[in-house]
Order: sequence, then structure tokens, then C-alpha cells
Amino acid sequence: MPLLEARGVNVVYEPNRGQRIWSVRDVDVTLEQGEFVGLVGESGCGKSTLGFALTRMLRPPARLSGGVIRFDGTDIATLDGEQLRRQRRNGFALVLQSGMNALNPVRSVARHFGDILKAHARPGDDLSAAGVRRRGTELLESVRLDAAVLTRFPHELSGGMRQRVSIALALALQPRMIVFDEPTTALDVIVQQAVMETIKDLQRERGFTAILISHDLGVVLDATDRVMVMYAGRIVEDQPAGVMTRGLHHPYTEALLDCYGDPRADEVRLGGIPGTPPDLSLPNAGCSFAPRCPLAEEICLTTDPPLSPLEEGRAACHVRAREEEAINVG
Amino acid sequence: MRYILRKVVLFVLTLWAAITLVFILPRLMPGSPVDAALGKLASAGVPITNAERAAVQAQLGAPHTSLFVQYGDYLRSIATLRFGTSYSFPSQTVALTIGKALPWTVVLVGATTVFAFVIGTLLGVYAGWRRGRLADSSVTIGATFFGAFPPFWLGLLLLYWLSFKYGWFPIKGGYSPGLTPKWSLSFLGNALDHSVLPALTLAITTLSGWVFGMRNNMINTLGEDYITFAEANGLRSRTVALLYAARNALLPNVTSFGLVLGAVVGGSVLVEGVYSYPGVGNLLYIAVTNHDFPLMQALFLVITLSMLVAIFIVDLFYVRLDPRVRSTA
Amino acid sequence: MTVITSIPPPEAAGEAASVPAGGASSVPLPLRFVGRALRTLWGNGKARTGMIVLGLIIVVAVFAPLIAPHSPTATTFTPYRGPNATNLLGTTGNGQDVFSQLIYGARVSLIVGLCAGALATLVAVTLGLISGYRPGALDEVLSFVTNLALVIPGIPLMIILAAYLQGRSVWTIVLVVAFTSWATGARVIRSQTKTLRTREFVTSAVFSGERLFRVTFREILPNMTSLVAASFFAAATAAVLAEASLEFLGLGNPSTVSWGTILYAAQQQNALLTGQWLMVFAPGLAIVLLMVSFTLVNFGLDALSNPRLREK
Repeated sequence: MPLLEARGVNVVYEPNRGQRIWSVRDVDVTLEQGEFVGLVGESGCGKSTLGFALTRMLRPPARLSGGVIRFDGTDIATLDGEQLRRQRRNGFALVLQSGMNALNPVRSVARHFGDILKAHARPGDDLSAAGVRRRGTELLESVRLDAAVLTRFPHELSGGMRQRVSIALALALQPRMIVFDEPTTALDVIVQQAVMETIKDLQRERGFTAILISHDLGVVLDATDRVMVMYAGRIVEDQPAGVMTRGLHHPYTEALLDCYGDPRADEVRLGGIPGTPPDLSLPNAGCSFAPRCPLAEEICLTTDPPLSPLEEGRAACHVRAREEEAINVG
Repeated sequence: MRYILRKVVLFVLTLWAAITLVFILPRLMPGSPVDAALGKLASAGVPITNAERAAVQAQLGAPHTSLFVQYGDYLRSIATLRFGTSYSFPSQTVALTIGKALPWTVVLVGATTVFAFVIGTLLGVYAGWRRGRLADSSVTIGATFFGAFPPFWLGLLLLYWLSFKYGWFPIKGGYSPGLTPKWSLSFLGNALDHSVLPALTLAITTLSGWVFGMRNNMINTLGEDYITFAEANGLRSRTVALLYAARNALLPNVTSFGLVLGAVVGGSVLVEGVYSYPGVGNLLYIAVTNHDFPLMQALFLVITLSMLVAIFIVDLFYVRLDPRVRSTA
Repeated sequence: MTVITSIPPPEAAGEAASVPAGGASSVPLPLRFVGRALRTLWGNGKARTGMIVLGLIIVVAVFAPLIAPHSPTATTFTPYRGPNATNLLGTTGNGQDVFSQLIYGARVSLIVGLCAGALATLVAVTLGLISGYRPGALDEVLSFVTNLALVIPGIPLMIILAAYLQGRSVWTIVLVVAFTSWATGARVIRSQTKTLRTREFVTSAVFSGERLFRVTFREILPNMTSLVAASFFAAATAAVLAEASLEFLGLGNPSTVSWGTILYAAQQQNALLTGQWLMVFAPGLAIVLLMVSFTLVNFGLDALSNPRLREK
């Protein structure tokens, strides 16, 4: 059984009376235990929202409207309160984008660990100060931090260190799935590399399912086994990571890939995507990327393309679907 | 350490500035308060000795003397507590009059502030946490309404209903007439009885300041990422509300302690007047009604300085609350 | 390294999504802005209540001669009477009708509240803008002065000033009240100016050579309107209370008719002891209502400037 099976996830965002913005539209996600999946897209495409939805962290004015989210067989979309809180132990965890501000400024790192361990205490857990310190040291070591960090306060740590502490705290719950929401976006490139290495090693060692949300395709391709591309609230492509740099893809994915240039090449071609993303407060007819797509046809403007096989995964594109069929038939 | 040093320097500077302001005020005003004051003293039967004249002039202004000399005299008179005699209380010096009244006000204002701070903060936490729901609305509307009560009005009404009509509490004063203040249990009990209404009046009218401040801080704090992260890690609601949200939201409240204290002190002037409670506020009330300038000056000085000291103490206490100011970062 | 971009130029035909220029509307921009603000405020429950109550009080003040049954200063009635058919709230020790005084009193309380609030806000905005815009010696000095003004207790200071000034006119009161209430607003405006100063649109205006004056009025101030409005209403609320307190202490002009002077008279004649508690209750309640209405409107303004505080 897959660890996570989400069907028909819809998230609507209602900032003022009468205003509705559909930030996630009809998304299906299936994750097996131990998979490392990347979720890419530009700002505003809904990837963070989806990550929050899957971990039941949506807050008003955003809400989950419809859909089933089966985590290890249990539909967590219908859970609330204490039941939901319990799911977070040995269940799913979320690491935030700004590890910078994810820590309580007036509590030491040791107290952070204590708070989490006590919130999910099971009989037999050693929750004495010494016990918490022991557990904390273990967890800090796994993210390559020294035990001395335990007595520090968040403002005494650098950005990268704070992000590692956040990861360590998430690990304290021994989750089977962790969603990393832009974990390295706010860090400089070198620290980014180090933190990503740590995340990759942890995922390999402990085998938890990981979702890496990022707008940086390079980071995602490097770390993950499988990549999902989001556009305007929908998943438009889903491929193994290795396949992404070759072959045919959804026109949006290809445009994204085009946006990256090798800084050491002699001649660099930078692409761009003309136009702007669609207005998510309007229902759409047809493919949401069609207005900006170089391959758009009649059918693209009227019918929403379903996810159909492409290369070793799937993509939501009429043109590519037709081409793929032609290859298979022929 | 740097934080404490800064606070000490600020305290000393503000102290100096306040003293100087009190020095400047009567000398800017039209007319000659000195002659008026001396005249009134004379008619109250107070002998106008040289010392007396000197004291009054030091406070209110000596004609034909350079400002620098006046300033020196002024500072000296403060240091030696020679404020002269007040004609509202001709039998004792201003310093003594204020000295007798000060403890009453310190106890009243002190106890009320602590009480209002605690209750107000808790209500604010509650309203901020349950934002948008009935609990929040009722607390907010209630605090708005009660916070708009002029302290003297509420005092009068409580006096009328609870004291005059139903006789639950004594009508005026700090203690029953005929008793002499002393440290005995019966006296203290009597004093307590007399202080309930003034304290209640002050507490009700100043509560809202704390409630709103805390509520707004809570709402802002609840938008922070560490709250989201704590919830994502499955911490219990109560832990998040108190140890993560309220504990951080408290900080700006402490720094703005001075502002609300000012309101309490101001309110105490009006409330003590209404109840004839023998504190500093009541003295100010009497001084104003009698145009007793020497007394007013000295009172204003004492009130301002007391407030500055209280704020300074709270500022020092802040170090215990916020680890970010502890390091020299 | 040569970089070749293939992003087409932005004027793709038919996709121009520019904001329609002014349009055919003939309503001037500031008025439209106010209209929009009022409509948004109206949508907020608390602000709507506040505006209604405030509106009623303003109506009462403006139409006082029509609403009040008698002249407020005429001493033609039997003094010390309790509520009766002719004098709904009884009479004062001088034989004046309290109810008429209550109606006319709205004028003074409103005028003092609004004027003192406006004056205090004007000072606060000026000092706050200057202080927040240029870090340096001027900012340090102004900040120190502002903090000083904040820690000196307001009511005692007002009392001293009013006692010394002996001006005895309503405008003395306005000045004194304004003098003691500008500091809170100044602090808020200063911190907001500092934040806005570092924002891009201000930096770009400065770089493109706009002079300080214009940058302040064109770029910074318009982004602080709801903050300034909120400061104004807060100052006005404090002003109403302060004016009433000063009148109650006898530091106002006893011949003006305001809610505070009614309370002063009530205290002088020991109204409570003679059973005329309505004479104390009514003006005080009026003060409370006026202050509450200002505060309620402020809730709406708070929600305008801080989206987190908006009602769902």
C-alpha cells in the first residue's frame, strides 16, 4: 500500500468576502514508502499550498475543499483536533521555508526538543532533563550539529544552523514522511549545498518519504528520485528525475529547463516564458498553460488535458499525448 | 550588558530632562506665581521667613536673578527636599505633606497596576488566541466600553451605589476618621476596606489598555512561522498558546509598560480626588482647587520621578524575559 | 560569454493589461479615495456601529437648538429639582436645565475632541516623518523628546499647564490636551516611516531625483493614511477624556456648557447626596459613547492597515 494516496485535492483561498482563489485544483498524489519526490513550479503555482494541504497545515483564509488524503490507510482530510495532532508522531512532518523564523526566540534549543518529546510522550519515554538532552544530542548529530547547540538560543545560531535544528526537530517525531518547503531558499549557495547534502543523507539512512518543494529545478533534479511539475494549481508532469534532462516533456517543463544556463559555458541561451500565469480566481476552460504555449492547438483551449503517459511518467498535454500514442502505435 | 547600560543612561538623561522641564514650566507662564504664592502663604498665617521665600522662589522663579543661578538653587532645593510650605497645609512643609501621602498612592497604584496587568494580559491572550470568535468579540467590546469610562465618573457612580446607597463600603478617606495610622492589623483592615472602591475604579478603567495591547501582540505573533512550525510538530494547543505565542507577545507589552502606567497614575489623581483618598493624587486635586503652586510643582516632580523609577525597574526586568538582549549581539 | 535571450518583447498584441487611466469619472481622486475607505469601513461591523453612533452625536450637536427644549444657560427653573416633565434630567444649583445642557454640551466635547486630536496628529505626523526619514542626530534628538513626552504622565502635566495658563477658554484646553497627546502617534508614525523609507518605490523616487518634500507627500504619506487616521481617532478619544477630566477639576471655563462642566457642577452641588444621580450618570454616559464610537471606528481602520486583523 502506498504511504500517501491523495485524490482530488482542492484548496480554495478566500481572502475577502466573495473572493475565491483556487490555488490547488484537482490534484492526485501517490507516494510509496521511501520515495524522494520533488515538487517544482514558479511562485504562486500552488506547490507550497499543496505541501501544507498534505500535512493538514492549511490556515484560514485557505481551506481544503474536497479530496481524500489517505496516509497509511487513514483519511487524514477528515481528522481534526487531538486525532490530527497524534498523527504527527510517527506520521508526517513539515519543515518550513524560513528555518530562520521557525524557532521560538525565547526558548533554547534544548527546550524545543523537550516540548516536542513531551507533546508526544509514550509510556517508557525518558523525559527527564538528561533524557531530553540525550535525545537532543542524538538528533543534532544526525544533522551534523554539535551538542553545544542545545543550550543556545535561536538568535545565536546562523541561518543554516537554524534550518538544521528545524530538521532535527522534525526528525524527533520519527516521521514516515517529511515535507520540505523550500528548505534552502533563504540560504546562500554554499550553505544550501551543505544542507541539501544532509537532507539527502538523512533520507537515505532513515528511509522516510520526502517531498522537496522548490522553485529551483536544479536542486530538485540533484536530490530527488522523482519530479512533479506544477503549474496554476495543477500537476502538469510527473517523471523520474533522470528522465527530466532528456526526451520530450510538457511544454512548460521544457520552458523551465530552458531558463537555466551553465555559468561556465561560452555561449548561453536563456529562454523565458512570455505572458503571465492565469488568474486563479477564474474557473478555467481548457489547459491553463495554453495561452503561453508555443504548441497550443484548438483542443488545448477548450478541454483540460488529463495526465497521460509520456516518456517514463505522465504529463498533462494534448499534443504530447498524441505524439506518445503515435510512437507507441507506430 | 550593553542593554542595561543604555537603559541606565536613558534613565539618567530622562530624569534630568524631567527635572529641567519642571523647572522651566512656571517660569514660562504669564503672571508671577511667586508673589501669588507668597501672598497666599501670608494670609494662611505662615511666617514668610527668608528660608521660606527662598524655597518658594527656587521652585517658582526668582525675579531679577539669572536663570543659571535659579537652576542651581532649584537643583539644590530638590536635593535637600526644601520645597517650602504649602498653604493648603500650612502646618507642615510640602516635603512632609507629600511624604505622608506617597505611601498611600504607591500601595494603591502599585497593587492596582499589578492586578490590572495580570488580568488584562490574560484576557488579551484569550481574546487573541480565540480571535474572531465570540470570546474575542465579547472581550474586545467589553474592554472598549469599560476603558472609555472616565475614572472620576466611575468613581462617583460606584461611590453612589455601593457606598452611599447600600453602605457596603465606606464613603471617603483612607481610613475611618478618628483613627491614627499605625501598623496594627485592625488599622490595616480598616485601610483595606477603604481602598477597595478606589482600587476597583482604577483597575476597571485601566484594564483595557493591557487587554488591547496584548490582543494585538498575540494576533501579530500568531502569524509568525515558529507558531506554524510548532503546530506542525504537533505541540498541544495550550503549549503553543502560552509558551510560544503569549510568551513572545508579552515582550512588547512590557516595553510599553510606561505608557499604561501613565494612564494609571493620571487616573489615580481623579479617583483619589473623588474618594478623598489620602494619596498624592488627592493632594494634587486639593492643590489645583486652591491654586497652591508650590504644592503642585513639588507633586508633579514627585509623580514624574516615581514613574520614571518604576519604568526603569521594569526595563531592567525585561532582560530576564528576552534572551536576545542578554547577549551583546 | 555571450548571453542570448529569446524572451519576446512584452507588447504582445491584445495582452496589454494596463490599468485604465482615470476614466471618464469626474469625481476628484481624493474624494474617490475617501469614498472607497468609507465603504470598506462600513463593511466592518465594529466600525459601522462606531460610525452610526458618531453620526448621531454629530447630528445632536449640529441641531442642538432644535432638539434641546430650553436654553442651556437660562437660570429660570427651580434649582436642585430631580427629573420631571419640564426638566428631563433635573436642574442644576443655578436653576439650569440639565437635559438642554447635555444636548448643547455635545458641541464642545466634539469640537475639543476633534480639534485637539487633529492638532496632536498634525504634530505627530510632522515630527514622526522628519524623525523617521533621516537617521542621525535629528532623529536621535526627536526620539528622545518623544520618549520623554511619553513617560511624563499626561493628566498631571495637563493639570499643571491648565492651572498655570488660567486661560479659561476652550482653546486653552485644546492646546493643553494636544500638547500632551502627540507623542504616541509620533512614535508609531516614525517607525512606519522608517519601514517605508527602505522600500523600493521610495528609493527609486529618491534616486530619480525627487526632492525630499515631494517624496514624503507623494510616496510615503499616501501609504500611511489609515495609520494617520487611526492615530487621529486615538488622539481624539484621549482628548475627549482629557477635556472632561480638566473640566471636572474646575480647570475649564465654568461658563461653557460641556459634559465635563455638568459633572463639575454636579460635584460642586453634591448631586449624588441630593439624589440627583442622573445628573452624574447622563453626561458621563455621553462621554463614554463618544469615546467608544471613536474607538470602534479605529477597529475598522486597524483592520484596513493590518490584514491580519481583518474580520473574516
